[in-house]
Amino acid sequence: MRVSIDPARCQGHGRCYDLAPDLFGEDEEGYAVLTDLTADRDVPADREGDARLAAANCPESAVLVHEEARA
Amino acid sequence: MTVDDRFTEEARAQRIAQAQLGTFNEIITGPVSDWTTDFSHLEPEYAENAIEIWDDLRERCPVAHTERFGGAWLPTRYEDVQAIAYDTEHFTSRAIIVSNVRPPLDVAPVGLAPPISSDPPFHHDARKLLLPAFTKANVAKQAVTTEAFCHSLIDGLAGRDVVDAATDYGMYIPMRVIADMLGFPQEDSEKFAHFVENALEGANGPLEERQARGMALSDYLFEQVRDHLDNPREDLTTYLLNAELYGQRLSPQHVVGTMTLLLIAGIDTTWSAIGSSLWHLAKNPEDRKRLVADRSLRPKAVEEFLRAYAPVTMARLVKEDVELGGVQMKKADWVLLPFPSANRDPERFEHADEVLIDREVNRHAAFGLGIHRCVGSHLARMELTVALDVWLDRIPEFSLADPAAVRWSAGQIRGPRALPLRIG
Repeated sequence: MRVSIDPARCQGHGRCYDLAPDLFGEDEEGYAVLTDLTADRDVPADREGDARLAAANCPESAVLVHEEARA
Repeated sequence: MTVDDRFTEEARAQRIAQAQLGTFNEIITGPVSDWTTDFSHLEPEYAENAIEIWDDLRERCPVAHTERFGGAWLPTRYEDVQAIAYDTEHFTSRAIIVSNVRPPLDVAPVGLAPPISSDPPFHHDARKLLLPAFTKANVAKQAVTTEAFCHSLIDGLAGRDVVDAATDYGMYIPMRVIADMLGFPQEDSEKFAHFVENALEGANGPLEERQARGMALSDYLFEQVRDHLDNPREDLTTYLLNAELYGQRLSPQHVVGTMTLLLIAGIDTTWSAIGSSLWHLAKNPEDRKRLVADRSLRPKAVEEFLRAYAPVTMARLVKEDVELGGVQMKKADWVLLPFPSANRDPERFEHADEVLIDREVNRHAAFGLGIHRCVGSHLARMELTVALDVWLDRIPEFSLADPAAVRWSAGQIRGPRALPLRIG
């Protein structure tokens, strides 16, 4: 599984970094960013549940979950 | 004495003399005859029954209308509220509190309280100035002082069996936090309460009265500006006085408008959220006991209280005629954005009418949707979390002392303004 943030949708509600602060972080204006655990790599298998939870709680549907693994 | 030509007495007097007031409508008050064609969010029956009114309208008239306020709409479905919040082409934020005055067109795109009153593209730049101060990481730095303040409020309740959770507790927390951020004297909370009431609950009051009270706010902010020019310090007021946009210092209207926004928007809203949450827990002992016993459940409960009792209804003015939700909206019509109603739409939320404090998936819109997402949302969450933590840890046993004495605010910010609780 991979995750990404759609910057055109993210408004900085911060639900993703509230719920899964190891998978998502905030930039200096509060917009969501990926972390070392999620940038350019697959979500760790034992963290996939929280990645889905973060996506399901984003009010702007800006957290995107791609179920297929990185090649 | 520092001279800042934006904030001399003369410059201010000139601004006041030149101010354009906008377009006025007849003030219509009194009981609502039909919620689908004559709604008013400023009448006492709305304050008491807003949730039932939204649920009813969502079923049979999802975009209600009123001739009051010179014409206004009330959409109640999530889908319609979301569509309007995202559509900055047909809807302007030039005014965001429905009243009987529509500000002149030329206040756009800055508006009277930037960035909440601003439209793109100016909005983005004005908002960018504020965002860094309100990130989760930055507001977390205030959690310790907020917690200590909450404890001091609870200490002050010692020896009493019945306390008012709204006016003895919840109200002071956001006042203290925002006074600290703006660098205003902490003892001015009584004044803040009047300013807020005038701007929000008093939105349909007589014009002369509103203008006189608006001038009192303006005088107060001018005094704070002058004090900060003389004694610059590490706070948002000094920050705004020094801030630049497009290579120039902010206009004086921008500085004072943003100060107004931060003072007004931060108080009633968070006060309401704290009060609604404690009201729910006072009425539902099972939920209260679960949260007292299990701190790990509290973050989910906070989100559920924000969903079910979202305090804030925003508003827009129609910029261009547009069809939305099956109705024809005309230029200059008001449109309310009742986020709390959107949050209770069964099309969007399972068991929408039930408060489930362990709800896992909660894509609520309490802080708005789209570009105007509440700038203070991380601050509000911190305050609500700390306020509930301290209360539950210090006063685990409480119930409504007199359910009939609970009074909810009318207008666009909804929460208990009288909340007598029996404690201990």
